[in-house]
Amino acid sequence: MSSAIEPSIKSRPVYGTLKPATAPAHLIIADADGGKAVLDLATAAPTSFLPNAEICYIPGKADHSVTLEALGAARFYTGPSIAAMLPRLKRTFERMHMGTQIYLAGSESLIGLAMKTAMEANIDFEAIQTEHRGSLARRVQCVHCKGITEGVTTQPVTCAHCGLLLLVRDHYSRRYAAFQGVNINAEDPSDIPPKEEVFT
Amino acid sequence: MATPARELPFRDETFRDDFTFKNSPQTVLRAPFPFDKDSYMYAVNMELHKDGRAGTAFEEPIDVDEHYVSEMRDRALVLDEDPLRCQSLPHMTLAGWDTLELLMSCKAASYPEWFSLERDGDRWHWINRPLGIDDTFTFGDETTLPYGPLEYITRQAQGDFCVLDERAGNLWMDAGIVTTQADWSLDFDIGMNFFEWHAPVPLAHERGVFTRALKYLLSVQQANPARRLNWTMTVNPRLDTSPENYHKWGPENTHITPENVADKLFLRIELQSFWRLPRSNALLFPIRCYFLSMRDLTTVPKWATRMHRVLKTLPPEIASYKGLDHYREIAIDYLAAFDDGQETTAGPFPD
Ligand code: HEM
Repeated sequence: MSSAIEPSIKSRPVYGTLKPATAPAHLIIADADGGKAVLDLATAAPTSFLPNAEICYIPGKADHSVTLEALGAARFYTGPSIAAMLPRLKRTFERMHMGTQIYLAGSESLIGLAMKTAMEANIDFEAIQTEHRGSLARRVQCVHCKGITEGVTTQPVTCAHCGLLLLVRDHYSRRYAAFQGVNINAEDPSDIPPKEEVFT
Repeated sequence: MATPARELPFRDETFRDDFTFKNSPQTVLRAPFPFDKDSYMYAVNMELHKDGRAGTAFEEPIDVDEHYVSEMRDRALVLDEDPLRCQSLPHMTLAGWDTLELLMSCKAASYPEWFSLERDGDRWHWINRPLGIDDTFTFGDETTLPYGPLEYITRQAQGDFCVLDERAGNLWMDAGIVTTQADWSLDFDIGMNFFEWHAPVPLAHERGVFTRALKYLLSVQQANPARRLNWTMTVNPRLDTSPENYHKWGPENTHITPENVADKLFLRIELQSFWRLPRSNALLFPIRCYFLSMRDLTTVPKWATRMHRVLKTLPPEIASYKGLDHYREIAIDYLAAFDDGQETTAGPFPD
């Protein structure tokens, strides 16, 4: 199963399919079902690929870590959460050699946060390959209080910080790695629309 | 040369709470009315920004009017509450100095009775009489100003300002000051490109408007600034209709009634201009906001008639995007009494 993302507005990220690039080194970052995209990538790659590759993997709800480790990449890291991986990722991007190809696969949060971290290290986001697999849960920034609510699956959603009921828009910021949340019942706070599971 | 309209004192008024904002009759007549015909659809409505008609908001390259001092006070209040309204990514500092130079030199040339700029090499002496500012600083040295160059000068200039970096055939919103916006967030949009920050706009993408508009913008040269008009409507003369504060001003969208529509509902006009900056090659995008109440409009029969017809025939997607759904019908009913059914003359200016 690959991405089930509907065509939408122009700020909403679109993802592709990972393809082995001709590059001196490869940095592969994935979570959960993104692991399967990494396996597909490794299968399609020439023999010189894995000895020059580093794989960073967060198992989440679908753990492919045993198979991924068995691929025998030059370096393999696995961690308990995306947040726990980010400091390491920051350092990895900073010391990365010119020409290294970056691949991101898995949930939108994984792809968005890894890309944000790369951009902060002055890496051109347009040179990064991405493939979406698995969850469509969103990171949502409340435009009012600026707090980020993680793992949003419902429309609307209650802001985890200020408690306003938010409409989750498709408008997306790479700098925040988040979709925009705007108070859905600002004009009439007594109107409380039901929450529906839509980002699954 | 000073024309009589410029000698008006600056009004002492508010754009929040008690909303004491008002236009004098001259200010109504000089407004940049945005409709040149009786209907409206998104288009690449761009023209050169020069040789503006005397007695209109186009007369000077950077327009200053009777609301100047009070608008600057409102901006300071917004920035005190939320410093994220003014941001500049690290590579945009030079464009900030370009902006400072452009605004200071335009204002000093157009309104010598209010503004003066003297340069002695890098030592610049700037006087802004309406705001009581008299500063000497070193051009290019941020430590000699109380704010960064962009924030310093735009705390003294009406309207919002976006500063666009040009890279890879696109424009990137990498700096700006945004306190008088029609419901969009600089903090969220900063770092986006032309198509991304325009993503929420309906109909225009598929009509090719943005592809053509970007092409035009990339060709703007220093000697040839350009402009266009945009519009929406706002309940109460509130400059800061930000998404950040939407949960606070949103309820007012439901407060329009047939009794209060004349004075409480405003046509909100944006005079947008486009300037190529000399050192940074960035593009400066000032968005200047003008309010006309429905009653102001009726003082110019052609404008009331036209507004009536535009609102009546506006595509529903555009009406909803602009947030007009709660009061559009009430405004149409009010303006109908001023529409005699006759043909209107071409162009936007009063007869
Ligand atoms: C580079 C300068 C420009 C900047 C920074 C800019 C910025 C924006 C922003 C932030 C919005 C609000 C989008 C939202 O809903 O979040 C907007 C709306 C819009 N822009 Fe631009 N824009 C620029 C140039 C242009 C040009 C040249 C056109 C020419 C056609 C244009 C056409 C529009 C239209 C039609 C809308 C919808 C406005 C409405 O219905 O109220 N923009 N723009």
